[in-house]
Amino acid sequence: MANLDESAAVRRLLDRLGFGPRPGDLAAGFTATATTLLNPVPDPAPPPNLGAPVARPGTDAAARKQAAQAIAQQELTLVGWWLDRMVTTGAPLTERLTWFWHGHFATSEQKVRSPQLMLRQNETFRQQGIGDLTTLARSLIADPAMLLWLDAQQNTVRAPNENLARESMELFLLGIGHYTEDDVRAAARALTGWTVDRTTGTARLAPRRHDGGTKTILGASQNFDADSFVDLVLSQPASPRFIAGRLWFRLVSATPPPSDVLDRLAAAYGPTRSIHALLTALVAEPSFIDSAQTLVKQPVEWLVGLLRALGIRPDQLPAKALLAGLRALGQVPFEPPNVGGWPADTAWLTTSAALTRLHLAELVSAKADVTSITKVSTSARPEAVRRLLGVDAWTARTMAALAKVTDNPRALLAIAACAPEYTVSQ
Amino acid sequence: MNRLSRRRFLFASGVTAAGALAAGATQVHWTELFAAAQTNPLRPDQGVLVVVTLYGGNDGLNTVVPAGDPAYQQARPELAYQPHEVLDLGDGLGLNPGMTGFKSLWDDKRLAVVRGVGYPVPDHSHFRSMAIWQTASPSTSVPTGWLGRWLDTTGDNPLLAVSVEPVLPPLLAGQHGAAVSLPVGGLKMPAGQLGAAFLALGGTQAGDSVATARAARSVVDLQDAVRVLGGAVHGSLGGTVPAPAQQSPLADQLDLVASLVEAGVPTRAYSVSLGGFDTHADEKATQQRLLTELDGALSPFVQRMRRSGRGQQVVVLVYSEFGRRVAANAGAGTDHGTAGPVFLLGAGVRGGFYGTQPSLSELDNGDLKESTDFRSIYATVLAKVLSTDPGRVLGDYNGRLDSVLL
Repeated sequence: MANLDESAAVRRLLDRLGFGPRPGDLAAGFTATATTLLNPVPDPAPPPNLGAPVARPGTDAAARKQAAQAIAQQELTLVGWWLDRMVTTGAPLTERLTWFWHGHFATSEQKVRSPQLMLRQNETFRQQGIGDLTTLARSLIADPAMLLWLDAQQNTVRAPNENLARESMELFLLGIGHYTEDDVRAAARALTGWTVDRTTGTARLAPRRHDGGTKTILGASQNFDADSFVDLVLSQPASPRFIAGRLWFRLVSATPPPSDVLDRLAAAYGPTRSIHALLTALVAEPSFIDSAQTLVKQPVEWLVGLLRALGIRPDQLPAKALLAGLRALGQVPFEPPNVGGWPADTAWLTTSAALTRLHLAELVSAKADVTSITKVSTSARPEAVRRLLGVDAWTARTMAALAKVTDNPRALLAIAACAPEYTVSQ
Repeated sequence: MNRLSRRRFLFASGVTAAGALAAGATQVHWTELFAAAQTNPLRPDQGVLVVVTLYGGNDGLNTVVPAGDPAYQQARPELAYQPHEVLDLGDGLGLNPGMTGFKSLWDDKRLAVVRGVGYPVPDHSHFRSMAIWQTASPSTSVPTGWLGRWLDTTGDNPLLAVSVEPVLPPLLAGQHGAAVSLPVGGLKMPAGQLGAAFLALGGTQAGDSVATARAARSVVDLQDAVRVLGGAVHGSLGGTVPAPAQQSPLADQLDLVASLVEAGVPTRAYSVSLGGFDTHADEKATQQRLLTELDGALSPFVQRMRRSGRGQQVVVLVYSEFGRRVAANAGAGTDHGTAGPVFLLGAGVRGGFYGTQPSLSELDNGDLKESTDFRSIYATVLAKVLSTDPGRVLGDYNGRLDSVLL
C-alpha cells in the first residue's frame, strides 16, 4: 500500500466525487478540494424543454409511429440535457450523486416510457441525493417512474405484486440476507394502492386499493404504509452498512472495504442517515488515498470527464453518434439494463469497448481546442496533453504510444483518452 | 443458500463486481482459440450447442399460432392471424407468416417445436423469469447459469463456451469461471499512425493495478481479434456464403459462430440473442418484424451448418423468458404471460411437435398452463449435445425429452 501524492489525491477526489478535473481544478490542495466538493453551491439550471407528455396513441399504425418518434426525440433531449449538466456543472458532487442514485434506484425509461417522469425522478436525486436517506427513500417509494418501473400499479389489496417490495429491501435499502420471503409478502401489502397519472405526472394512493390491515415485517407488527415501511427498513442494523458499502463500491473501489472502515462510515451516517456525513467520513478514511483503490470509469463517467477536461459541451458533438457510442459501450443514461443497475469494474473493459472508446475519443478530439498542444514542440506534447486531461503521470507504455502521434495533436489527444491510466481512475 | 445466492446471481448478471464475468470477458486470447482449433480441433463426436435468447418475452401464441381455434380468435380480435395467413404445421397450428425459413426446415424434419414450455409457479417479471431460465432454477435463486455450471464440470476451460454478445449473459457464468466474450462487429482497426499508437497502449507495464492491466489487455486482445478473426464476420474463414451488405445483428453473431465452428474451434456452446419482444402495445407488426429477422438470420445459419461435417454437429435452441397473456390488452398488445414454444433446429434434430399445446379454455388466471418443463430440454441437450450428466448441472431434476434429438 502506498499513498497518492497530494496532487494525485486531489485528482482522485475530483474523479470520484465528480466527473474529473477541469482546467485549473488541480491547483487547490486536498482539504480545500474536499471541502469545496462536499459543500456544493446550488447550481440551478433550466429544465430541458421536453414538451408535453406524448398522448397514448390509438390503434392507428401511423399515429403509433408518430408517438414513438415523439418520445424518442424527448428521450434524446433528456439524455443530452443531463450529459450537459454533468459536463458543465459547478457542483460536481450533486451530479455525481444524481448519477449514483440513478444507478442505485435503477429505473429505465425503456419501460417507463415517459421522459417527463424520468426527469422528475432525476430532479429528486439532484435535490435530495446529498441529504438524509429517509427523505430520499420515501420520495422514491412513491416516485411515479419507480412505481411504473416496478409494476406498483398492479400491487393492490386484492392482488399484491411483490416487485417493488422485494427490490426495495434487496437492492435499495437493506441488502440480501436480511429479510425473509414472508417479509417480502408483507411488505408488498404495505405498498399496495399506488397509482400513477401519466398526464399530470403524479402518483397517488388510492385508499380502496390499499391494504389497511396489520402487517408483520422484519419482526414488527403494525398497519405499515409506504413511509413507515421505509422507516422500518432503514432502521434495521444492517441498512447503514449496506448503504455505505454501495457508495464505497461506486466511488472508491469494487473491492469491499475492511469491516472497521464500514463501521466508521455507518457511524458517520448515523441516526440522521446523512449521506453528506457518510461521504465526509469516506474521503477522510486513510484508505481513500491508497494508490491501490483504482476504479474503472463507467462509460458515461469516462466520456463526461473527457468533455469536462476539454471544455466541450455534448451538443457540439453529433447527437446520434454520441448516443450510438454510449450504446455500444453498454451505458445510456436513463436506460440501466435492469433494476440492479449497471455492471462495474473490469466488466467494462472488453475488447469491443476498447475500440468503441477510441471512436468516441476521435469524435471528441475533433472538436477540441488543441492550441495548448500545437503551440509546444512535438517532444513536449505528451506533457501538454497530460496536463490537459489531468492525468497524474504517463506510464512508459503510454509514452511510447503517444510518441507515434506527436505530429498529430488530435490523434494524440484521442490516444491519450484511451490510455489505461485514463480509462481507469487511479 | 437461496438468499445469499440471489445476490451471487446479480453479481454474475452485472449488478455488482462481476468477478466471474470479468474473468471470462478478457482472459482469453483469440489466438488461443485458434491455436486450439489447430492443436485440438472439434472432434466429430462432439456436439455444439447454440443458444438463442429472445429477450422481452416472445408471444408464443402468435409464433406457433392456433389460428383455427375460435378461442384464440376471440381472445385477441385485433392481434389474431387468420388460418390462411399462417404457415401450416398440422395439429391446428401454423408458424407466424414471417417464418418461411423455419417452415422449410420443418418440412425437412429439422425443426422441433416443443409446446407449452415453462416452469411451475410462473414469475411475470422479465428479470426474475429470465434469471430462472438462465440459471435453470425455478424455485430458488442460484449464483450460476446452467451453461456456466456445465463449464464448471469441464474443468474451467473458458474456451468451451463463447458469448457473441456485447455483454456476457448470466447463463454462461459459472462458479469458477465464465465463458469468453467476443465482439462481433467493428473489428476494423484504425489504420496508420493512429492504429499503431492505439496498439501501443496494450501490453504489460510494471506497477499496473489489476484494472489498469486489464484495460491494457483489452487492447492486446482486440489486436489479436483483428489479426485472427478480422474477416470472420464476412465469411472469409471457410464460410461459403458471403454476408449481405446489410444484415441484422443476430445474423452477424451467427455468421461469426458459423465461421468458428467451420474452422474447427473446439468451443461447445455459443450464446447469441435478439431483443425487443416486450410487445405490450402494437404487437402484431413489431413481433412479425422480429420473427422475420430471427428467421432471416437463423434459417440460413442452420442451412449453412447442414452443409459441413462440423456444422452437422450443431444444435440450436431458441427460447424466451415467457410467453404472453392469452387475451390482448387495450393497446393491441399483450402483457407478460407464461408458457411458450421452444425451438430446436439442426441436422441432429428430429423434427416435429413435442409437448402438448396448452388449452385456451383452461387458463391459470388468464395465462397458459405450462405442459413441458424447460429443464427437460436442457437435460436433453446436456446429455446428447454436450455429453454431460444432466444431474451435474440440474441437480435432482430428472425430466428428459430425449426423442427430440437423433
